[in-house]
Amino acid sequence: MRKLLLSTVLSCMAFMSQADVTVMSWGGAYGTAQNEAHLKPFTEKTGIRTRMVDTDNAASPIRAMVEAGNVTVDVASIELADATRLCDEGMLEPIDPAKLPAGSDGTAAEEDFFHGGITDCAVGTDLWANIIAFDSTKFSGEAPSKAADFFDTEKFPGKRGLKKNPKAVLELALMADGIPADEVYAILETPEGRDRAFAKLDTIKKDIVWWEAGAQPPQLLADGEVLMTTAYNGRIFNAYIEEGKPFEIIWDGQIYELNTYAIPKGAPNLEEAMEFVRFATSTEGLAEQSRYISYGPPRKSSNAMEIIYKDEKTVMAPNLPSSPENRENALETSIEFWVDRDTELNERFNNWLIAN
Amino acid sequence: MASITQTAVPASSLASEGMPLKIRLARAQARNRRRAFLLVLPLLLFVTLTFVLPIGQMLQRSLYHDGFSAAAPSLGQWFSENPEDIRPDEAGFAALAADLRYMKEQNLAGAAGTRINYNVPGSRSLFTSAARKADDLEAPYRDAILGLDQKWDDPRIWVAMREASSPWTSDFYLTALDIQRGADGTLERVDEHSRVYLALYGKTFLLSGVITVICLVLAFPIAHLLATLPMGKANLLMILVLLPFWTSLLVRTTSWIVLLQGQGVLNSLLVSAGIIGEDGRLALINNQTGTIIVMVHILLPFMVLPIYSVMRVIPPAYARAARSLGATSWTTFRRIYAPQTLPGIGAGVLLVFILAVGYYITPALVGGADGQLFSNQIQFHMTRSNWSQAAALAAMLLAGVLVLYWLYDRLIGIDKLKLG
Amino acid sequence: MAHDTGEYVAFRNVQKSYDGETLVVKDLNLSISQGEFLTMLGPSGSGKTTSLMMLAGFETATNGQILLDGRPINQVPPHKRGIGMVFQNYALFPHMTVGENLAFPLEVRGMGKDERETRIKRALDMVQMGSFAARRPAQLSGGQQQRIALARALVFDPKLVLMDEPLGALDKQLREHMQFEIKHLHDSLGITVVYVTHDQGEALTMSDRVAVFNDGRIQQLAPPADLYERPGNSFVAQFIGENNKLPGIVEELRDDRALIRLATGELIDATAVNIHKKGEKTMVSIRPERVEINTEMMPENAHLLDAEVREIIYMGDILRARMRVAGSEDFVVKLRNSIGQRRLNPGEKIRIGWHPQDARALDAV
Repeated sequence: MRKLLLSTVLSCMAFMSQADVTVMSWGGAYGTAQNEAHLKPFTEKTGIRTRMVDTDNAASPIRAMVEAGNVTVDVASIELADATRLCDEGMLEPIDPAKLPAGSDGTAAEEDFFHGGITDCAVGTDLWANIIAFDSTKFSGEAPSKAADFFDTEKFPGKRGLKKNPKAVLELALMADGIPADEVYAILETPEGRDRAFAKLDTIKKDIVWWEAGAQPPQLLADGEVLMTTAYNGRIFNAYIEEGKPFEIIWDGQIYELNTYAIPKGAPNLEEAMEFVRFATSTEGLAEQSRYISYGPPRKSSNAMEIIYKDEKTVMAPNLPSSPENRENALETSIEFWVDRDTELNERFNNWLIAN
Repeated sequence: MASITQTAVPASSLASEGMPLKIRLARAQARNRRRAFLLVLPLLLFVTLTFVLPIGQMLQRSLYHDGFSAAAPSLGQWFSENPEDIRPDEAGFAALAADLRYMKEQNLAGAAGTRINYNVPGSRSLFTSAARKADDLEAPYRDAILGLDQKWDDPRIWVAMREASSPWTSDFYLTALDIQRGADGTLERVDEHSRVYLALYGKTFLLSGVITVICLVLAFPIAHLLATLPMGKANLLMILVLLPFWTSLLVRTTSWIVLLQGQGVLNSLLVSAGIIGEDGRLALINNQTGTIIVMVHILLPFMVLPIYSVMRVIPPAYARAARSLGATSWTTFRRIYAPQTLPGIGAGVLLVFILAVGYYITPALVGGADGQLFSNQIQFHMTRSNWSQAAALAAMLLAGVLVLYWLYDRLIGIDKLKLG
Repeated sequence: MAHDTGEYVAFRNVQKSYDGETLVVKDLNLSISQGEFLTMLGPSGSGKTTSLMMLAGFETATNGQILLDGRPINQVPPHKRGIGMVFQNYALFPHMTVGENLAFPLEVRGMGKDERETRIKRALDMVQMGSFAARRPAQLSGGQQQRIALARALVFDPKLVLMDEPLGALDKQLREHMQFEIKHLHDSLGITVVYVTHDQGEALTMSDRVAVFNDGRIQQLAPPADLYERPGNSFVAQFIGENNKLPGIVEELRDDRALIRLATGELIDATAVNIHKKGEKTMVSIRPERVEINTEMMPENAHLLDAEVREIIYMGDILRARMRVAGSEDFVVKLRNSIGQRRLNPGEKIRIGWHPQDARALDAV
């Protein structure tokens, strides 16, 4: 089966090797953003031709190509979790952080990037967040502003939308319970900490409307099915900017994850690929991507720039999970914690769902 | 065929041209058999490729995982030399250190840790971080390794490593039965708040049963109407029955959400009609009720079609005969009509039930907290690349369906099944 | 075969329409006596099966009354009429054994197990199927299924049994055998039978009386011999048996004697059946076996016709001669294949005639 998949992928790739740098990304609005912000300007500047290949999640084809020793992709856009795993298994080229461009203010890259933005084999391109959103027209008096308000059904009576998955839900519960972001995972490592997270969830269990797909939360808000819901920040931004929905985001207690560029081991154009990654992850390169999509650049210097949305009027800073004011109590998802605890907590979470 | 040969031989065992009739017959038949075999060969290949092999591979995967055994040859050696209940000694830790170095060299720490992590949550990072520092390990290894992390002294990790040192394992089935290996290696039920698979298993079959029964109750009159209406009207009704087939599953599910949700069409109608108050809006979706309603809608055609195809060919003369013999219309239905629809009912029930058992998108989208079914767990493990656990769960589902199929065969008889 | 004179089944001015526009059964009046074997005969669509179904209770009469043993039964549902019925394709319940099929009418009548078994055995023995109780209908041949269907219709001792083309699916030999058996059962049990068929041979051999249906009406109701020898109208003459027809105009009419002028100008003698006045159009019907080719056998001063032999078909017991007579190419004469019979050859020109009572002047169609 894998061989079949592989040969299909390979034969599709064969004719693309003409381009000098082939970037494999997620397609859709995200792929468009990277094409506009990174690929086109790179070609313009260097003359090196680029080509974008869409896939659902580049991690699987990259693994297959490296295992087969026939790599046709130079740069892949993959989640940090996958990048870490592939790097552990020696499937990605190491990237020397010292060779990454310094910030526009002269700060060295290693200082300029957020935590997790530079790893052994991957460089962060953007971060997206699980946030709490609400419909501002439903609040005449005080509107919710903190993660704790999500769990306060006395002050804000109404249904709550939550993703049917322990990830990012347990963390939110602890932060709402008063745990600062940087202590969340240390506490979740302990059995008492996990009990505490579930106990916090118990307090609103009967008011929860569970969602599964990213498209659901904006719909739940629009239909008035819930008063507040967790959501992916990009979906809420889209509903706001494209459809004019009066949605607002509570940035307190946001839980973010990173996307990265990585270079598969044995990339055909290693030098050009490195140059592309350096170009794309520069202060300007990262900021440029956020002009097309509300995912934040993981460099402090990029966030210091004024980023305007492609409509030429919306200031992006309030909409990005990476802006300093939105990161006051933000939590980076721990890849290690979830690799270790995924199955165990999923079982416990489902057990908790069934129990009344 | 055999009886033909036997009767033919004594009649004229030596036919013309000196060749015995028996041999000539066998040759003639062999040619036909070869031709028949060639005709079914593509089908045979297709079934093997798409059915036998994948299911065989799935069953194999549910019992086989070499993530740890391939990464830890030294420990495998040590475990086989030391019988079950010995606590790890210095030699054991030395083997572990050797394997950690091997894992680092071969980039296998993640895979090995993942396998142990299935049994002892939290141990994947134990392996990856230990492997990272494996080159610095020096004798005495016990102290060196415990110096990295005290967790290495946890007997559960050693029990798990011993089990995982052979690629063939029953661990995934134990997990699927909410059973784990304790610190002393004996089997025990998992913590009360982690028991999930058996409960979901039971719930999945129960819910599928309820859905099947509702489908049957709804489909029977529809099928009867279809079978008795004049052609033109029957075709129109048939289109209505088949309509759900022609729209995407997601669209159908979403329209149900729009209809049934708290602020949805149905509730708003009821409120504006004064039947229920603004506070009394019915919870029709994001719970078990929603799952049942939507799944019944999706699966109804699978019940209607086989029943209809059986009903269509039941001649009206049977009912007339029964009536003329003195049976009331109810007795006629119960004793004459209904039993003859049994093959269609059997096919529909089996079809709907099996489909319902395997559904996961619909319950996930409209089921709320109750909506998690067994298949959702299979899907969860598949997205986490834990193929073995997914395969073990799928095999359990398969076993459950096979048991019901066997029961059906015993009670009703599989030869009475009529799919259309 | 002595019948009660009383009227057991009666149709009174019964009409039936399915679509509210056309009548399938038009003003049916029919009395059937107890113990009688009455056959409804006719082409398909003539209303015979509809009439039977109204009697059974599966169709409701649009108009008129149906009486059973003096009681109006229009409003009685079929299962309360107590009428046995044998269907065209037997309608044996496929999911039950033969025994269970026979037990069914007894069970729904609440009969005890012992009595049921006695009766089932008696009914099966009656049709010589005693050892088949445990079989399923699918394991039986057509003839065997027919017998079981018969036994099932009789097992609860109905006074009246309806049969809807029961032998239609059997081959000729078996059919003739079963005709005999049904007739025998009718005689020995003394039941009243209403039998529907489109096979005139079957109707003639089995029935006490035959009702010939056409176009929603009974064309003639008579014992078989009368029907054949004295058809009341040209439809019956045409439908029952073989028949030569000669169209003409009534030249003279005296009591039941008529002189008919054929289209070709010749005059023939005939018995007036349903003609009323001179100058009326008519159709003269003569059975092929009643045509005489030996002029010396004909009555004095009978009118003779010229005939030219076209074809002789040898049929064993008879010879069939096709002739041209009075402009018709298809005039058939049946000759007994006996010693001394005059031999005819194609092309031969002869004179033919008949006794006036054998030529029946009927309504022109």
